Amino acid sequence: MHSLIAAPILVPLVAAAVTAMLWRQPGLQRVIGLAAAALLLVVAVALLVETASGRILVAQMGNWAAPFGITLAIDLFSAIMLVITGLMALAVAIYACGPGAAERDRAGFQPLFHSLILGVCGSFCTGDLFNLYVWFEVMLIASFGLLVLDRTDEQLDGGVRYVVLNLIGTTVFLLAVGLLYGLTGTLSLADLARVAPTVENQAALGAVGMLLLVAFGAKAAVFPLFNWLPAAYHTASMPVAAIFAALLTKVGVYAIIRVFTLIFAHDMAVFGPILAVVAAATMITGVFGAAMHYDIRKILSFHIISQIGYMLIGVALMTPLALAGSVLYIVHHIIVKANLFLIAGAMRAEAGSFALKRIGGLWVAAPALGLLFLVPALSLAGIPPLSGFWGKLVVIRAGLEAEAYLLAGIALAVGLLTLYSMIKIWNEAFWKAAPAPAPAAPWTRREQVATYAPIVVLAGLTLTIGVWTEPFAALSLTAAHGLLDRTAYIEAVLGAASLQLAAPLLSDGGTL
Amino acid sequence: MLALPILGVGIAAVLASLARPRIASVVGVIAALAALTVYLTQVSSVAEGLIPTAAFGAVPALGIAGGLRLDGLSLVFVLLITGIGALILLFAEGYLADDPKRKRLVAMLLVFMLAMLGAVTADDVIVLFVFWELTSLTSFLLVGYKHEREASRRAALQALLVTGGGGLVLLAGLILLTMAAGTTSLSGIIAAQSAVLADPLASVAMVLIILGCFTKSAQVPFHFWLPNAMAAPTPVSAYLHSATMVKLGVYLLARLNPLYQEEALWQALLSYGGIATALTGVCLAFRETDLKRVLAYTTVTALGTLVMLIGIAPDLSITAAMTFLVVHAFYKAALFMIAGAIDHAAGTRDASQLRGLGQVMPVTALAAGLAAFSMAGLPPFVGFVAKELIYEAKLEMGSAATGLIVAGFLVNAATVAIAVVLSWRLFAGRQLVAPSGAASPPHDPPLSMMVGPVVLACLGLMAGTLPTVLGAVLIDPAVTAVLGRPADVTLKLWHGFNAVLALSAATVAVGIVLYLLWERLVPRLKAVSLLDRFGPSVGYEHWLAATLRLATRTTTTIQHGSLTGYVRTLVLVMAVACLGMLILRGGVAWPQGGASLDARAGLGGLMLIGLGGTVLARTALQAVLAMGLVGFTTALVFLMFGAPDVAFTQFVVETLLVVILTTALMRLPIQGRDGRSRQQKLGDAGVALLCGVAVAAVLAAVLASPFDPRLSVWFGAESLPAAHGRNVVNVILVDFRALDTLGEITVLAIAAFAVVALLRSNRPADPAAPSPQGPLA
Repeated sequence: MHSLIAAPILVPLVAAAVTAMLWRQPGLQRVIGLAAAALLLVVAVALLVETASGRILVAQMGNWAAPFGITLAIDLFSAIMLVITGLMALAVAIYACGPGAAERDRAGFQPLFHSLILGVCGSFCTGDLFNLYVWFEVMLIASFGLLVLDRTDEQLDGGVRYVVLNLIGTTVFLLAVGLLYGLTGTLSLADLARVAPTVENQAALGAVGMLLLVAFGAKAAVFPLFNWLPAAYHTASMPVAAIFAALLTKVGVYAIIRVFTLIFAHDMAVFGPILAVVAAATMITGVFGAAMHYDIRKILSFHIISQIGYMLIGVALMTPLALAGSVLYIVHHIIVKANLFLIAGAMRAEAGSFALKRIGGLWVAAPALGLLFLVPALSLAGIPPLSGFWGKLVVIRAGLEAEAYLLAGIALAVGLLTLYSMIKIWNEAFWKAAPAPAPAAPWTRREQVATYAPIVVLAGLTLTIGVWTEPFAALSLTAAHGLLDRTAYIEAVLGAASLQLAAPLLSDGGTL
Repeated sequence: MLALPILGVGIAAVLASLARPRIASVVGVIAALAALTVYLTQVSSVAEGLIPTAAFGAVPALGIAGGLRLDGLSLVFVLLITGIGALILLFAEGYLADDPKRKRLVAMLLVFMLAMLGAVTADDVIVLFVFWELTSLTSFLLVGYKHEREASRRAALQALLVTGGGGLVLLAGLILLTMAAGTTSLSGIIAAQSAVLADPLASVAMVLIILGCFTKSAQVPFHFWLPNAMAAPTPVSAYLHSATMVKLGVYLLARLNPLYQEEALWQALLSYGGIATALTGVCLAFRETDLKRVLAYTTVTALGTLVMLIGIAPDLSITAAMTFLVVHAFYKAALFMIAGAIDHAAGTRDASQLRGLGQVMPVTALAAGLAAFSMAGLPPFVGFVAKELIYEAKLEMGSAATGLIVAGFLVNAATVAIAVVLSWRLFAGRQLVAPSGAASPPHDPPLSMMVGPVVLACLGLMAGTLPTVLGAVLIDPAVTAVLGRPADVTLKLWHGFNAVLALSAATVAVGIVLYLLWERLVPRLKAVSLLDRFGPSVGYEHWLAATLRLATRTTTTIQHGSLTGYVRTLVLVMAVACLGMLILRGGVAWPQGGASLDARAGLGGLMLIGLGGTVLARTALQAVLAMGLVGFTTALVFLMFGAPDVAFTQFVVETLLVVILTTALMRLPIQGRDGRSRQQKLGDAGVALLCGVAVAAVLAAVLASPFDPRLSVWFGAESLPAAHGRNVVNVILVDFRALDTLGEITVLAIAAFAVVALLRSNRPADPAAPSPQGPLA
């Protein structure tokens, strides 16, 4: 057992508990929150170093061997997700020291924020399906608390929509877990992967797979289950919206990738086309929503949906290159999307509104913000040499190689509409003359640093991935190969003995 | 070595954006000249066939080979890019002297230069594409330089969407090409010609690439963005939209010519597409009097001619294409700068208002005359050399090219007429019309604005008088690159008295006639509104509007705003998805055997009563109570099937739930009225029923297969010896699966915290008042 493997869960758990206990001292809370986020990043990087070669770190909780106890299993994909989570936690924790920090912290931002990170990290670490459900619940309840932090009517309305739809999704997840247990007699992901191809009633297993797809799809905001996202995200305060945009839907995508590469990989002839259709519809409907809206937050929210479609192409095609594309795309998207929300907050601070009709002139007033906006915005649209281009390139190439021409074509066309809506923000907010003189932003030097520092760092990362692509691409490919190697995962979790049992099963179930 | 100019120009861009405006321009000019010098040192080795290469931008993990390569074709382009770039940057300093923001323009021009240099020296299709898109992007930023004007923003967006859309099509083509060739290296792809052409998707890839190039190089029907891009400041128009960027499409077509030159489709698309573009360009040029728009349309014509020449492939035409490429860059950049100088001096660019400027702007007039002679293709200018070659190439094709010759003749004659307009009409004679809007009387512009046009015009003359030098140094290596082998053509000024010369003479004659008709033709052509109503520009607007309408309709249908509707969608999708999967794959199964029904089955009846009560309840309170019955019955089921502890937990939970919900409902002002119509109610009942059926069907199928009790057997066996607990459920909760319990406790704690935070006063905290109680108060 690796000593650090539980750390991504422990760090935010302790941070949440301690900050909750310190609710009378917002200043101290903030320091602890920042330290915890930084520590999480360090821990995650250490785990990434350990797993970079494709090694899988496994820990049996309470020393109860899988499949009887709960297993934490961190492969390269998990480690990548943890690093990006740590990075986002730190960026948003710093950003949250900007304007409005005092009110937020008094309302309980820090404990809820770290609870959310706890749920996210738990999801990425666990090797147990029911445990994944528990982390989903943690995430759901913490995110609801964060969403209604300001307690405005708008937030409460959005919060109710958010929580109702997500509760139904989570219930479907629980239902699927129960049914899957009935079919296989196990909850460990590795054991499920071992047993799934031998289940007699594959149609029933497929139906449970569909339930899981609905549950995770609702979390990931895919077509037609994304309604909760545009109904709620634009009401959240900016740091909250940024961390939501970065992580929440991506946990859904992670779960889809994890479950479908492990448990349903033998059945991709059925699920592949379904996922492809979902991916295409998600890309299109998402970008359509962004094209019609004129509120920065709504545009960005719909783009989250649209980009989820790209990430699903990898699972739909299930080739190493396609999955590598998904991994690269997720990493790129998290950085870019969180940054765009952070920038939207800065734009509001500079120009006074999120409504594009009401603002303008930022290219003259804040040229640095303009450049900082262009990096993630163009990256989102897949313009080279930014990170988004490489993600798109790999995904489209994988699509063309798999002869999924329509899917590849849609991915390309959606890129153009993405560019359109990013340019819409640019033209209206930056280039257009300001309709009314913008109110001078009354912010302190410290608030300004807290706001801009994470933006600069994230934009720098986007540029780095764009210009120095090799290590990121290589890591994504290793992660993809790891995802496709079920045997290695099973062996790592259940031990070599189980593999002898599994070997004949895998060889005839093998669409690897 | 080859990466040096690219990096240098990039660094210069950063420096320029930080420096003061005047310094920024100096930095820019120096960077461009330095890059030019670096490339000039390579001229002799390239002419000898020694082609420099360098490693650049490889991404081995993605199979991207990367690399830079400077062959004859690339060399022509880099010299034009850096040389004209230096002149343009100098010109911009004078042209925008009053603009405090101009260092942004300088920095962006340098980034553009970097992108162009990268694009034309890349030896890898992906690297090329990266730089290609970067040129579109910088073009967008430069077209929108005067961004407070809505027309500029629209033009910038249009240029970006057309070239960006074309870029995506190109990318698809390039990826297909890469897959067929097994490498991303350009020279590798060309070397793998047989494999590429044998690929079943070879012609698809080719057409996609051609489309991409056509958008970039403003070929029909994508030409409309180019005149609109004239919203950019004149230095930008001169540099990007005549001399360099728009030729990138031509560059890529020429670059891939060795691969495709024998393909009939390639030849047909390029030659007919090119000549159609050339004709369209001159026709539209005759509808304009704005100097920049006139020049833009003649640029469209020139680009069409270039594409056509690549399409007709043999030695002569490629030589003609390469020569004309250089010629056009010289005279067109010069003429653009002159148009800028006139605008600067006279306050207008309207050719119908401008006459006799030669008296007050003698140097400008001289440069304009020289450039226009080259444009008209008159000896001894290099334009003449190029035009002769073009005619010769077409004549060599024989009768097949009759159409091309006739069309080309008209294009050339019209070009002559426009050249006369741009020189004679503007500058000769006395000043007939006093241009309005000028602060001071027109005068020659400052030196910085004069250097560019004069140098370029003189180069045109020099190259014309020494065509063999031009040929040996630049054109021949370029032609070798485009053909994939050397061509046996020598550039000459004088070809003797032959059919070509006769054609040239006739061209000039017809051109002068057209010029004499110019004043009458322009208003008539302007009046043809058909062109405005059905042009591709209108098509673009319609496409954009239709897409946005579709987007709005789709979004408002899906994201309609009703929570009930969202829930309905979610539940319906879930039911249909799992039921569909189960039925379509024949998985419906019913548990066989088992115990016969006994008295405990009565619990099912109790549940049904509770269910019926919930459905038929008129108020929320009744529904809660009826739901409670279902919950209590569930607890009874647990009790009777051997799980008393779970049953008691369920009893407690259910009791609390009913009590709390009842209390809350009695305090809340909820009206129990259901606003749904009968139809909606029936629909919702159907959805609910379907969901129930789906879950029941999957559950039945699951129960029908044998259960593997490994886990429960193990828990039962190990609970006492290994975990020291007699109650298995408790041991599972606190030991075997303690992490789940920890998570659930956390959920409860967070929920409590969130609820308390929510229930706090909705009024913003008054920072002045001491608030002894925290959020939990």
